[in-house]
Amino acid sequence: MRVLNSLQNRRTILAILVIGTCALAPIAAGILDQPYYINLFSRLMIWAIAAISLNLILGYGGMISFGHSLYLGIGAYTVGIFAYYDIYNFYLQLVTAVAVAAFIALIFGGISLRTRGVYFIMITMALTQMVYFLSISIEEYGSDDGLIIYDRSDFGTDLISMDNPVQRYYLIFLVMIACLYFSHRLIRSRFGYVIRGTKSNETRMEVLGYSTFRYRLVCFILAGVMCALGGVLSANVEKFVSPDIMHWTRSGELIFMVVLGGMASILGPVTGALVFWLLSEFFSRITEHWHLIFGPFLILVVLLSPRGIDGLLSIKRSGNE
Amino acid sequence: MKSKITLVIAMCLMLIAPNAFSATVKLGFVTTLSTPAAVIGNDMRDAVELALEHIGHKMGSVDVEVVYGDDEFNPQKGKQATERLVTQDKVDIVFGYIWSHVLLASATTVLDAGKILISANAGPSQLAGKGCHENFFNISWQNDQTPMAMGEVLNQRGVNSLYVIAPLYAAGKNMVAGVKRTYTGEIVGEDMTKWPDQIDWAAELSKVKAANPDGVFVFYPGKHGPAFIKQFQQSGLSGQVDLYTVFTVDSISLPRFQQAEMSGVLGSTMTQFWAPDLDNAANKKFVDAFKAKYGKYPSFYAAQSYDAVMYIKSAVEAVGGDMSNVDGLRAALENADFDSLRGEFSMGPNHFPIQNFYSREVVEDSDGVWTTSVRETVLEMHQDVYAGECSM
Amino acid sequence: MEWALLIEQTLNGIQFGMLLFLLAAGLTLTFGIMDLVNLAHGSMYMLGAFVGATIFLWSGSFILAILLAVPLVAGIGILVEISTLRTLYQRHHLDQVLATFGLILFFNELVQVVWPLDGLSVPFPDYLNFTVPLLLGIEYSVYRLMIIGAGIVVAIGMYILVAKTRLGMLIRAGAADRTMIYALGTNIRLLFTLVFGLGTALGALAGILMAPILGANSGMGEQIIIIAFVVIVIGGIGSVRGSLIAALITGLIDTLGRSFLDVLLAFFIPVNAAEAAAPAISSMLIYIFMTCVLFFKPQGLFGSQTR
Repeated sequence: MRVLNSLQNRRTILAILVIGTCALAPIAAGILDQPYYINLFSRLMIWAIAAISLNLILGYGGMISFGHSLYLGIGAYTVGIFAYYDIYNFYLQLVTAVAVAAFIALIFGGISLRTRGVYFIMITMALTQMVYFLSISIEEYGSDDGLIIYDRSDFGTDLISMDNPVQRYYLIFLVMIACLYFSHRLIRSRFGYVIRGTKSNETRMEVLGYSTFRYRLVCFILAGVMCALGGVLSANVEKFVSPDIMHWTRSGELIFMVVLGGMASILGPVTGALVFWLLSEFFSRITEHWHLIFGPFLILVVLLSPRGIDGLLSIKRSGNE
Repeated sequence: MKSKITLVIAMCLMLIAPNAFSATVKLGFVTTLSTPAAVIGNDMRDAVELALEHIGHKMGSVDVEVVYGDDEFNPQKGKQATERLVTQDKVDIVFGYIWSHVLLASATTVLDAGKILISANAGPSQLAGKGCHENFFNISWQNDQTPMAMGEVLNQRGVNSLYVIAPLYAAGKNMVAGVKRTYTGEIVGEDMTKWPDQIDWAAELSKVKAANPDGVFVFYPGKHGPAFIKQFQQSGLSGQVDLYTVFTVDSISLPRFQQAEMSGVLGSTMTQFWAPDLDNAANKKFVDAFKAKYGKYPSFYAAQSYDAVMYIKSAVEAVGGDMSNVDGLRAALENADFDSLRGEFSMGPNHFPIQNFYSREVVEDSDGVWTTSVRETVLEMHQDVYAGECSM
Repeated sequence: MEWALLIEQTLNGIQFGMLLFLLAAGLTLTFGIMDLVNLAHGSMYMLGAFVGATIFLWSGSFILAILLAVPLVAGIGILVEISTLRTLYQRHHLDQVLATFGLILFFNELVQVVWPLDGLSVPFPDYLNFTVPLLLGIEYSVYRLMIIGAGIVVAIGMYILVAKTRLGMLIRAGAADRTMIYALGTNIRLLFTLVFGLGTALGALAGILMAPILGANSGMGEQIIIIAFVVIVIGGIGSVRGSLIAALITGLIDTLGRSFLDVLLAFFIPVNAAEAAAPAISSMLIYIFMTCVLFFKPQGLFGSQTR
């Protein structure tokens, strides 16, 4: 029991560290006069939101989607295309992004969830590739040059503005916390129980009378919608959207964040995103050939810690015993 | 007591003020320094370093410092690098940018901060037309102009039928649109290929053979250029159909052509606003010094980067080193009064150059090195077609 | 004239298919037998191109380049297998994807450090640098015909290996049901290393053969490896026969799509719209095809049901 507690303690300490860093980053940046870090951390939390959503299907549901960045693209392009027609209403942008993401996830999930294992990996990648090529070929919306967004989303009130970097930062922070809370509740609900059950033993869940396909599909849609929220925020940070956001390497990076932080742990994706971005910042300042270090580092993480940073916490526990 | 404090404050200000005034001018230069595309970025950085050497790291009486940012050939990374230059390094002017999508992504960061942005290569139509901005300047060319010059060359040479091959991305489409603006013959075929994935053009070359045109117009920048031209020659088309290129054969790819002994590229024609042997004093000094220092010909990317430093120098000197005088800087940049490597030119109302375009031919120089040589002026003091859409 | 173009494009498609087969054969074996998702297979293709090009440029002999570079790169592959990948066989696919993605980053950066940043340009060997007349006035590149020939030779060799030898028996057993080989009492480690080395050798061979056409570039591996994965998924994982057929179909779809899609679309929609849509759709064609195949046959064309 004590051992369990100490693991719990470590997780709590890590959670406080990670969330605390995110909560205090703008203040620290203000004191140190390093405003650059406000946007850096904004980006980081957007990736974290995307990774949290991916963790729902990948970590808990065992569905390895290699095309999850598609939904970031949907969210960002919704804002971009509305802005192209001079429509900046945040609520309209948000509702549309959610609706489009849900619809696409319904179709794509319906197709890809028929397959299993590596076939699922490949088909999710292929579907995202199709949208990627589509976005490159639509000249109206900038094709591969992307769209400049001249004005950020408008809330219709003076109380909060996307143009204020600190307000924008805390809005993203709140959305991230909301996503964490949502996934925490979802996983502990009956729905979450079924989803986790289908990961470990699908047949058993079917024998128990659950339509696993439907549960998986709903989970897939929820993840897509949550990720699209990240896309909406991303467009507001960058004031720009390009097809690059949907490239398959972005999906790969998302997977890496989830695995690095620890799959099927609520906070794992956030830790993963944080460590991923800090590391790439750090390595890329050492040398322009930083992939030479980063590649082997990736391999080492996989070899030494199969369950990511969250796994490291429990490894220490067994060492204590 | 009060007067004492005032005195102290005044003294402090006097101590700070001249310092702030003679402090170094900080410039940010964003280009690609990692990934294989760094071969272009390194050339640009070499040229910037050479320019700094030539001006003794001084613009007028103030010291100048350049901070480099790496865009990793990725718009988001480019924007992040730009942000770092603007908010952390607090540079006064940001310049550089090879790629249109990186420039477009980064532009708002610089312009929202009220600073001046100068493109040393990318010339997307968005920023030349409706999206033009009082603090954005381009010191290279607008994407459509070079292929428009090529269209004129094709007309002059009596090329009656043309086959067009270009990659399916924004610059590729601009190039195709540009050549179509001026070319009066018949376009018998057009292929847009997947970028940057497709590096085998067997299918397209077979179609060219079947269409049997007088000429083929091609745009493949970077590593794709040598691969395309090699396949073109190997397919049995060379000698039967003439090849006309823009931004495909340059000082970066020519050593690779020479290494692969592809002598078929000698004598081929391209268009550009500049050439290493363009006859003016500034250009001669630059090309000789570049060759002496780096042992190779400068590319047009290098020429533009060198020019950009000189361009900025002219503006910094005009305001006497007071970088807070943005209005003064802007006015000086609009005047563009400096010895450009391209010779005479003027800055248009949309802040894109109005300049000559020349036809160039690939030749072997006296040392046996392959380079390009200017042939004739194709477009004289040419203004881009988007200038009219710009209301500034 | 249209017929001549159709035949020529078919040849181009078969040549592309053969290249895909050389890559897919190794992939499908390592996947089918060791259950390893090896994204770094493309890096071996790239290394093959670089090492082969270097030897060719240095010695002037293309045959020597093949004879030296294939075993050399296979050796590098075996080293990677022993040092890194071996411990991943029992692990989750995700771990494999990540670790081999790390290998890609490493090798891409490595060749940028060792060789010129923008890669190498490789001349065609003189004795293959011409075209031959075929029927209907078609002049076709001998070099590309040679690649088709090499693909056929490898396909026959693989057939003999898989169908007639003891190693092939183990491969078949493993591909059909992986747990089987553990029960057969052979030296599994050695078998796995051998199969991995064989796959790498085929990938390296593909790299050298393509070097004169494409040059050797950092990152050339990923461009093709994604398509090679599409091929083995269409063909059914573990099936060499499936990967051959899928590779040829994919090569033909891609090539013929690129050349005739605009004409085909023009039957249904206005010519202008067809010409605008064709390049975008032809980029997506193989992904659409794969999605369709998996929709109706979730295990691919020749996949075993046990997986």
